[in-house]
Amino acid sequence: MIGKCSSCFMIVDGVPNVKTCREPVREGLVVERQRGWVPPAGGVELGGVENRELEADLLVVGGGPAGLSAALKAAEYGLDVVIVDEHLRLGGQLLKQTHKFFGSVELFGGLRGFQIAEEYIRKLESNEKVKVLSQSAVYGVFRGGLVGVVGRGAHYAIRPKSVVGSPGASERYLDFVNNDLPGVIGAGGAQTIMNEFGVKPGERALVVGSGNVGLIVSYQLLQAGVRVEAIVEILPEIGGWFVHAAKVRRYGIPILTRHTLRAVYGNERVEEAEVVEVDERFNPIPGSEKRFEVDLVLLAVGLEPDFRLFAQCGAAMKWSPDLGGPVPLRTSDLETSVRNLYVAGDASGIEEATTAMIEGQIAALSTASKLTDGSRASRAIEEAEKLSKFLWDEYRASPLLARARRGKLSVTVSREEMERIRSLNPSPVSFG
Amino acid sequence: MAIRSYRRTGVVELEELARLNMLPPEERLRRGPAAVLECPEMIPCNICVPYCPTRAIGMERLIDLPVVDWERCTGCGMCVAVCPGLAAFVVDLSGEDCDYVTVPHELLPVPRVGEEVILLSRRGERIGRGTVVRAWERNRTYVVTVRVPKGLGTEVRAVWVEK
Repeated sequence: MIGKCSSCFMIVDGVPNVKTCREPVREGLVVERQRGWVPPAGGVELGGVENRELEADLLVVGGGPAGLSAALKAAEYGLDVVIVDEHLRLGGQLLKQTHKFFGSVELFGGLRGFQIAEEYIRKLESNEKVKVLSQSAVYGVFRGGLVGVVGRGAHYAIRPKSVVGSPGASERYLDFVNNDLPGVIGAGGAQTIMNEFGVKPGERALVVGSGNVGLIVSYQLLQAGVRVEAIVEILPEIGGWFVHAAKVRRYGIPILTRHTLRAVYGNERVEEAEVVEVDERFNPIPGSEKRFEVDLVLLAVGLEPDFRLFAQCGAAMKWSPDLGGPVPLRTSDLETSVRNLYVAGDASGIEEATTAMIEGQIAALSTASKLTDGSRASRAIEEAEKLSKFLWDEYRASPLLARARRGKLSVTVSREEMERIRSLNPSPVSFG
Repeated sequence: MAIRSYRRTGVVELEELARLNMLPPEERLRRGPAAVLECPEMIPCNICVPYCPTRAIGMERLIDLPVVDWERCTGCGMCVAVCPGLAAFVVDLSGEDCDYVTVPHELLPVPRVGEEVILLSRRGERIGRGTVVRAWERNRTYVVTVRVPKGLGTEVRAVWVEK
C-alpha cells in the first residue's frame, strides 16, 4: 500500500472512491472530483463478474520483492503458484526504486530496483507454473482456508495449500496544521507518480523525515528537476544511511536535524510550509520558526507493516517498535502460528528490499520442503538453511540493520514454542 | 556514544576519511589517479570488489568497509560507475597547475566533454568552475572527469551543469 493512500479518491466512470493514481487512462474515461468518502450509489452498471475457483500449491499475497522472489523460488521447485497483486503490474516498491541496490552481484546488487522487477517479471511470465492476478486484492479468508479475491471483472475463490503473505507496508502520516491541503503527499505517493508514471509532482519541495526513504526521494526529486528546499528531521541525527545523505548534501540540499514541520499554508494547495526547531524533549523553540515557499510537502516519516491478512487469519501477533508496528510471530522459516501461512518482506517487520527478497525465498523453500518429497525436499531444506544463515549472520550483521535484526529476533520463536502458541490460540482458519 | 559528525551533517570530513584509511597518501595522488571510497558505514555491499579490473579493492565480509590497495589501483573509475551509494570518486593531483576529479553523475543534462561546469563540495557549496575532460556511462550513471583548479582535488564531489 506504500504510495497508494486514499488522497487521490475520485469518481471514475460513475464509480466513487477509485484510487486514480493506479487507474489506467483510457479512451472516454470520465473522472470527477469527490469530497471525502462517497458511499457507492446504486444503479451503477459494473458489468458482469465472472466467478472462478482456483487451486494452488502456493498463494502469494502481494507482488513486491518478497512476493516475487517467493513465487519464483516455489515455481523452481515445481509448485503451482498464484500471485495476487493490487497494482497494474508486479514489482511493488521495486517499480519506483530508481537507485542501484546494495548487496552482492548474486543479490541483484548494482541493478536498479525497477530493473530487478523487470527481471523477475520476465522470469515469471515465461513460467507456466505461475499465474498472476494483477489489479486484484484478497478481501477475506474463510473457514477451510478459502481465500476470496476480487479482480477486474472477476471474483476468485482460491484454495491454496500454503500462503506467503507479503502485502508490504503503509506510510505513516503526521499531525500538523492543514495537513489535508493538496500538495501534502506521502513520499511513496510522490515516487509512484514521479518515478513510475513520469509526472513531476511539484516545483519546490520540503521533505519531512531523513530516513532512507526521505533521502532517496529527495535525490529523485532533484533528478526530476524539482527544487528541494530542505529535508527536516526531528531527531538530532540523520535517520538514513550516510551515502544517501551525502548524495543530496553535495547538491546543496540542507538536512535540518532537530526540526519539525508545524504547519502548511495555502488557498487551494500548499504555498508555504512552516518549520520549527525543537529542543531535547522535542518541544518547539519559540522564535525558531522558518518559512519555506513550497508547493509540495512530502512525508517520509516511517512505515507500518500491513498486518490485516495475518490478523484476520488469527495469527499470533506482537507489537514491535523496532519493526514499525504489529507483526505476526514466526518460526525461523517464517511460518506464522496459522499453519502454512508465511510472512515475508515489510509485513514481517520494516526492513529493506534485499532482506525481503531473501525472506520470500526462505518462506517458499519451507513450503516446497513440505509439498515435495525425496531429494527435492531435502534440497529445499538445505537451501533455506543456507539463506537463513547468510541473512542472520552475514547480511544483518551490519550495524545499519541492527534495529531490524533486534526486532526480528524478538518475534522469531522456536518450533516448539510455536506449537505451544498454536495450542493456546488455535487459529480460526488453516491452510493445507 | 557521541554521534559522529557525518551522521548529523551528511558530510564526511577529510580527517574522518583519513582516520578510516579511505584517503590515499598525498604522495600517491601526486603520482596519478587513485580511487577514494567515501564509505564510512558498514553497508552489506561489495559491488565495487568484483568489478575492479585490477582487484585493488579488498573486503573480507559483505559488511566490511572496502580497503583499496592504491598501488594496484589505476584510477580507472569503474568503482565510480558501479558503486550503488555513489560514494566512489577518483582523485588525481599529478597536474602542475590543476587537479582532476572523477565523480558519478545522474542528473540531466549530461555533462559534455569540453564543457565548463560548476564545481560542488561535499556540502553543496559552489567552489569553482572546471572543465569536463571525460564522460562515460554505465547503467545510467555517468562517470565524469573534470579538470579543477589546483587544490580542489580532494574537495570537489559533484558537478552542476547550468541549464
